[in-house]
Amino acid sequence: MKMVEKLTVREAVGLMDRGERSSAELVTELAGVIRECDKKLNAYISMDEEYALKQARQADAARARGEKGKLLGVPVAVKDILNVRGQPCTCASRILEGYVAPYDATVIALLRKEGAVFLGRTNMDEFAMGCSTENSAFGITRNPCNTDYVPGGSSGGSAAAVAGGEALIALGSDTGGSVRQPASFCGCVGLKPSYGRVSRYGLVAFASSLDQVGPLTRDVYDAALILGVMAGHDEKDSTSVNLPVPDYTQMLAGGLKGMKLGLPREYFVDGMDEDVRNAVLKAVDRCRELGADIIDVSLPHTEYAIATYYIIAAAEASANLARFDGVRYGFRNRDAEDVLDMYGKTREQGFGPEVKRRIILGTYVLSGGYYDAYYQYGQKTRTLIRKDFEEAFSKCSAILTPTAPSAAFRIGEKVSDPLRMYLGDVFTATANLAGICGISVPCGFTADNLPVGLQILGPAFKEENILRVAYSYEQSVK
Amino acid sequence: MTKYLVTIGLETHVQLRTKSKMFCGCNTRYGADPNTQVCPVCLGYPGVLPVMNKEAISLTVLTGLMIGARIPSYSKFDRKSYFYPDMPKNYQISQYDKPLCEGGSVAIDVEGGEKQVGITRIHLEEDVGKNMDFSNCSGVDFNRAGVPLMEIVTDPAMASAEEAYAYLQELKLILQYVGVSDCNLEEGNIRCDVNCSVRPEGQKELGTKTELKNLNTFKGVFNALKYEIARQMDILESGGEIQMETRRWDADAEVTISMRSKEEAHDYRYFTEPDLMPVVLDPETVAEWKSRLPELPRKLRRRFEAQYNIPAYDAEVLTMDKAVADYFELAAKLSSNPKSVSNWVMTEMMRMLSENGLRIADVLITPQALADLVKLADSKVVNSNTAKEIFEVLFRNGGDPVKIVSEKGLGQISDIETLDGLVGQVIADNDKSVQDYRKGKTAAAKFLIGQVMRLSKGKANPQLVAELLEKKMKVE
Amino acid sequence: MSEQKKSSVHGIDVAYVARLARLYLSEDEQKTFQKQLEQIVEYVRKIDRLDLEKVEPASHSQQINNVFREDEVFPGLDRDTVIANAPEEISGQFKVPRIVE
Repeated sequence: MKMVEKLTVREAVGLMDRGERSSAELVTELAGVIRECDKKLNAYISMDEEYALKQARQADAARARGEKGKLLGVPVAVKDILNVRGQPCTCASRILEGYVAPYDATVIALLRKEGAVFLGRTNMDEFAMGCSTENSAFGITRNPCNTDYVPGGSSGGSAAAVAGGEALIALGSDTGGSVRQPASFCGCVGLKPSYGRVSRYGLVAFASSLDQVGPLTRDVYDAALILGVMAGHDEKDSTSVNLPVPDYTQMLAGGLKGMKLGLPREYFVDGMDEDVRNAVLKAVDRCRELGADIIDVSLPHTEYAIATYYIIAAAEASANLARFDGVRYGFRNRDAEDVLDMYGKTREQGFGPEVKRRIILGTYVLSGGYYDAYYQYGQKTRTLIRKDFEEAFSKCSAILTPTAPSAAFRIGEKVSDPLRMYLGDVFTATANLAGICGISVPCGFTADNLPVGLQILGPAFKEENILRVAYSYEQSVK
Repeated sequence: MTKYLVTIGLETHVQLRTKSKMFCGCNTRYGADPNTQVCPVCLGYPGVLPVMNKEAISLTVLTGLMIGARIPSYSKFDRKSYFYPDMPKNYQISQYDKPLCEGGSVAIDVEGGEKQVGITRIHLEEDVGKNMDFSNCSGVDFNRAGVPLMEIVTDPAMASAEEAYAYLQELKLILQYVGVSDCNLEEGNIRCDVNCSVRPEGQKELGTKTELKNLNTFKGVFNALKYEIARQMDILESGGEIQMETRRWDADAEVTISMRSKEEAHDYRYFTEPDLMPVVLDPETVAEWKSRLPELPRKLRRRFEAQYNIPAYDAEVLTMDKAVADYFELAAKLSSNPKSVSNWVMTEMMRMLSENGLRIADVLITPQALADLVKLADSKVVNSNTAKEIFEVLFRNGGDPVKIVSEKGLGQISDIETLDGLVGQVIADNDKSVQDYRKGKTAAAKFLIGQVMRLSKGKANPQLVAELLEKKMKVE
Repeated sequence: MSEQKKSSVHGIDVAYVARLARLYLSEDEQKTFQKQLEQIVEYVRKIDRLDLEKVEPASHSQQINNVFREDEVFPGLDRDTVIANAPEEISGQFKVPRIVE
């Protein structure tokens, strides 16, 4: 029988439907794997086996009664940035110490409705700020492919859990590449839906105009399956879009014959890792072999993406994180002399260095008349980046790029050079700025045997396009 | 002493009369136990998102339309950042450069005529929580946090405390007319920030202004301004300089006190609220709303004077409350004597309302009933005391005054034949008094009229009785 | 945006900004951040090269308008839940150091 470490959601549902495994058994097995492997990986911040078992038994009973649910009994790992009623939600930060969520995020409620079981909470860069999961108050997470390397970030715990056999599927969040890049680093599938496709209600905000919840999975089918559950309009999120949700799993087949796929020259630049370039170009060739019509496209403002992204993300984050002040929930410094002192000390001790750096950057770009020079310019550059994609998508159904300019890097390698770290987001942040969708699928390895990710970008609300390309490619290299 | 010119601008915060908060479904009811009308959204919990209350948007736009503001087709919300314990997110969702309403004015009476107080803008934001002092700490209650708050900003257009007071009175009336706020000052429905400066006559540029914060009563605004204007003039008079600062009105000591803020100048870091989408109003909707607006109280006053021929004083009293004005007008239209209707509303109705702690919407006497009652009294079918008694019955139980009069036999006896009989009987029974009368004792006449009234159980028309008596005694 | 502001951009005053953000920084942090943020700010200024005058700013990723809710009351949280999350409590309220105006 297939080990739980290798199961996809589709397989697990099949096993449970045929009565070969119960949800409770899956949870127990998985908890055993986590206890064993997580000493090394540290993919989880917390695991509540009892809570999960209770849900699993309910799911088993429901199945016995003949009830249906797309994820009935499926254990799901959740990035510790989504509110789950009655559970802590730390955002890998000390400042949320003691906080217990009194409500379910909309995505959690939707998964719950389909019978999902919530087993544990995955590690991440504090408040999703980072690309390596080295900025966590709960220790670093290691890449299961090579534990000397980072798993990527900020959803590094989710990627490591899925790739390392500690989860069948995990939820992450993607503000500038935080689902796709760790998926690429760890060798799993990571999907960032179009902005507005999935409700953000209950996702602790990092950069409100860029954040989206996305799944990390073992294969493309699972990504399609869970997207179908997560997606949809939510009255609690004014930015969620009221468009019908197709059954994405029914739109995977069909192949690439005659499909126009764009190759943006700006994403294959000098100085990028040769192994990554070769792996991605090989995947592009494969798509061509499958019948796709590969065309050149240009996204001329790509070089401004990182600057734009860091202005907008930091500005929004500086306001979003102002609420962590020690008054209503979470950590508080109790030695303060007055309110100002309480704020200063609470936030000094509650936040880690990367979060502080971005709060300072974001506060600065909005302060004392710098708004026009930074935020306003950033918003305008964003318009240009969005137009680049509109133009490109008028010629093709999807765009193929590397997910990141390099494979996973060594732990500690970039910690002291934040700017260098930031530049690693160059191929992913554009999708967030433009509000479009993107997926990363494994496409080979570097000479050091580290996974490489192929990123497929699609127009807003055309998730079916990128899933189909990803699925066709994945099936062809199986 | 030099003559000084005063310049005043007001920022008035008005709590809108919505059932739920601006961005979440929490109750807005006043006076609940601390932190019992809160949810993750208005507490600024991690992960929550705001959603705009449609009613709050339309109430704000209606206010704008009432004062003749422009309603821009595009409006949006922004985040205004500053830290304070009563502010859940440490930013307030407000409107910076694209408010819901721009321009407009409120007319007030000033010496020698009317003055238009220009309105700069009206925008919508969320209210903050409340701090309470304990012996060595403070407590924060977030029930109020998130209640929709409309901010009405005037131009620096008022020249005296009296004008500011008149503006607030008129504004309150307008708000009540359009029904956007309960305007309950005790419950903090209206709060003002005041900007004030003085300059010597002849000086072109405005003087240095001070800001008076968080005044909760109109009287407070008036008194604070009186004090502040005098204080500034004194400083200038003695050659001093006004400090640009924020001051607090101490209502007990009746002085304004500098709030020495240790903080640097406000740096609110406004930017577009990414969690909310813009408000785009189409002109047809706005036009439709506009067509349903009530008359401005000021216009209504003028119209009442002209149309119903009532004195200015009456018109003013009747229009203090839109419901009263509406009631009056309904009754006046059904009556041939609007002045009499006005008297009844201003005296009996107001007295009964205040004695019973009721609003005019609560009373059972219909405008038709009041008009009928006025007719009964005017045509002497009932005397004035009886009319008042009937009014009380109608006030409490409703009904038709004509029916009440006939059922209870309350009608005045004006029938000459009946009265003639009564008068004859009294004359026959009171020979001595008749003699006295004929000798010129007028007191005797009063006695005799009283006897007729007694005999008729008070229903005889006293004027007719007097006439009949006089006639009869002269004849016999 | 004035030219003066643009050219003085390297004068990022970390201490001032940290005060605005109500964030105490140690001396070391302040020094490190000063250097790092100057580099980052220098980098992000590359957008100055673009001619943005006629470009509309994009504050949202999607263009939707008028997302409203009806004015209806929904039950919120009970006070015990609310207070259970409070670091310190007094009489059903969130306790904070004394606020002086």
